[in-house]
Amino acid sequence: MKLHEYQGKELLAKYGVEIPGNAGIAETPEQARDAVARLGGKGVLKAQAHTGGRGKAGGIKVAGSPEEAETLARQMIGMILKTHQVPQGLRVEKLLIEEPITIEKEFYIGVVPDRATQRNVLIVSAMGGMDIEAVAEEHPEAIAKLPVDPLIGVRDYQLRQVCYEANLPDHLILQAAAFLRKLYTAYMEADASLAEINPLAVTKDGRLLAADAKFSIDDNALFRHPEFAAFKEESEEDPIEAEAHRRGLAYVRLGGYIGVIGNGAGLVMATIDEVARAGGKAANFLDIGGGAKADVVHNALELVLSDPNVKGVMFNIFGGITRGDEVAKGIIEGTRTLDIRVPMVVRLAGTNAAEGAALLEKTSLIPAETMAEAAEKIVALTK
Amino acid sequence: MSILIDRNTKVVVQGITGREGSFHTGQMLEYGTQIVAGVTPGKGDTRDAYGIAIFNTVKEAVAATGANASIIFVPAKFNTADSILEANEAGLDVIVAITEGVPTRDMIEAVRIVKMGKARLIGPNCPGLISPGLCKMGIMPGNIFTPGPVGMVSRSGTLTYEIVDELTRAGLGQTTCVGIGGDPIIGTTFIDVLPLFEADPETKAVVFVGEIGGSDEEIAAEYIKTKMTKPVVGFISGRTAPPGKRMGHAGAIISGKTGTPQAKVDALLAAGVAVADTTHDIPELVKKALGL
Repeated sequence: MKLHEYQGKELLAKYGVEIPGNAGIAETPEQARDAVARLGGKGVLKAQAHTGGRGKAGGIKVAGSPEEAETLARQMIGMILKTHQVPQGLRVEKLLIEEPITIEKEFYIGVVPDRATQRNVLIVSAMGGMDIEAVAEEHPEAIAKLPVDPLIGVRDYQLRQVCYEANLPDHLILQAAAFLRKLYTAYMEADASLAEINPLAVTKDGRLLAADAKFSIDDNALFRHPEFAAFKEESEEDPIEAEAHRRGLAYVRLGGYIGVIGNGAGLVMATIDEVARAGGKAANFLDIGGGAKADVVHNALELVLSDPNVKGVMFNIFGGITRGDEVAKGIIEGTRTLDIRVPMVVRLAGTNAAEGAALLEKTSLIPAETMAEAAEKIVALTK
Repeated sequence: MSILIDRNTKVVVQGITGREGSFHTGQMLEYGTQIVAGVTPGKGDTRDAYGIAIFNTVKEAVAATGANASIIFVPAKFNTADSILEANEAGLDVIVAITEGVPTRDMIEAVRIVKMGKARLIGPNCPGLISPGLCKMGIMPGNIFTPGPVGMVSRSGTLTYEIVDELTRAGLGQTTCVGIGGDPIIGTTFIDVLPLFEADPETKAVVFVGEIGGSDEEIAAEYIKTKMTKPVVGFISGRTAPPGKRMGHAGAIISGKTGTPQAKVDALLAAGVAVADTTHDIPELVKKALGL
């Protein structure tokens, strides 16, 4: 789960991280005006959207007066913010209203789990304020990393060392090391899967401030963090993805026109590839998971058909725990209760596939023996 | 021969009284796996529906039965990582964690501890492993597997079944198939399994199934290039997946320039791996590699 900047900053503040002063969130132009007035007449309006590169895309504006804040907020709230990271754009519903700060220098600090070392890694760079992946590409030497042994934790000398290695200025090393410790503690205690402060701002008077905050929380750990339940916002997600979330289905919208339903993430991915090979384009990824019963299949089908671009549906089920006859029952149940006007190709293999195929015989569903055959059939039917 | 598990593997099932645990205990018994004990705290001194003795702790189960492997179905909300560590401390050789949804923070710690000892942890969030005809420690449908010369290692579950089914139909049996799991932090990665197949005299060729996300496939390609003499046939799923979208598995996401399918395919090709475009092409490529 991704947190918004204001949520991330709220979290950081609990760990004693210094953040720019703010007057909270504005959801209307009037609120923005009042917030800037509370800050003394000047403020920065920051669009709360899950993407980097907001500044360049017009998602961060400086208001010199409460009136100007109102005018700017009128343009920003409801805008579709298109950035290089999210080219299709995200709808802006909230603005964070912050006190303006004068930034002398910008650094980068972050924490992520690293698959290769199987540890969390602290990342520090003196080249902040820009896309860290671009920095890693063009100036790999400007990035210092500290993999943390989970049994030992982080030692102060290691924090100093990684800051020196990143070439942070000598007089800021101790301050930066203390900052890193707070970030790491927040990351660990929140069960985060990403924590980034970019930029970590050095102000004119030599203080370090978290000018931005990007956090993701490990979805697998949300069950032990009820405090984040309030942070969950579905408005920004694609409406069908949001509905899938509510139904507990693993669905990703892909923009094509062939609905794909299968069991197991790897198999569904391979099915989407197969559809592409056959000359089609998948509308979605949908994994019904292991042991899916008829009602889950029915639910999945309804969801996939709610995408108006879908011109046909392909089922690819390899039964292990999932039983072919259960899936067939779900599809038949779906054809009875849903208004289906598109062709559907069904490929069942594995556990109880023959029983499932027998059930499908008397229906208008088109059977296929293999994944490749099913993909070719559905592509031909949706041409 | 096989790798990791065989006819002599004695298995304890952790979480044997849960829905998944009890169902798959029955399935594994039916396959011929030696299940010698179950563990569910609070249910010690009882027996499950198949007459398997249940213990309160893994330590007791091992002392009473001589078990040398464990399969874990304990749900994430009951602290799966803790169950892994309990199995580890009991001195088992192989620990298979089927459970999905284990927090990454817990796995980083658990994997670090398990790696200090002798146990081989497979998973979590994996289908387990099977040495056809000898032992099944997992949730895969046993009937599609058959003994033979192909070793297989995969990040995916059902996709493995799909490929195994094609291999078996083509007359290509398997020594051992290992599903390493789709999470970012797992106990056993490709490069832990490949040397075992390289050393196993009965494995004549290896099928390697990767997917988008991370760089484990690239690391494996380096190993194959420098250390492996046996032929490898590869497949990467998610070739048409868009960047930034997590495709089901927590680990299956292309972020920035890492995890792209093209980088993986290129690395495998450069390592001399025969990369299949579709699952359907895999049996032919394996036959060619074996000179059949």
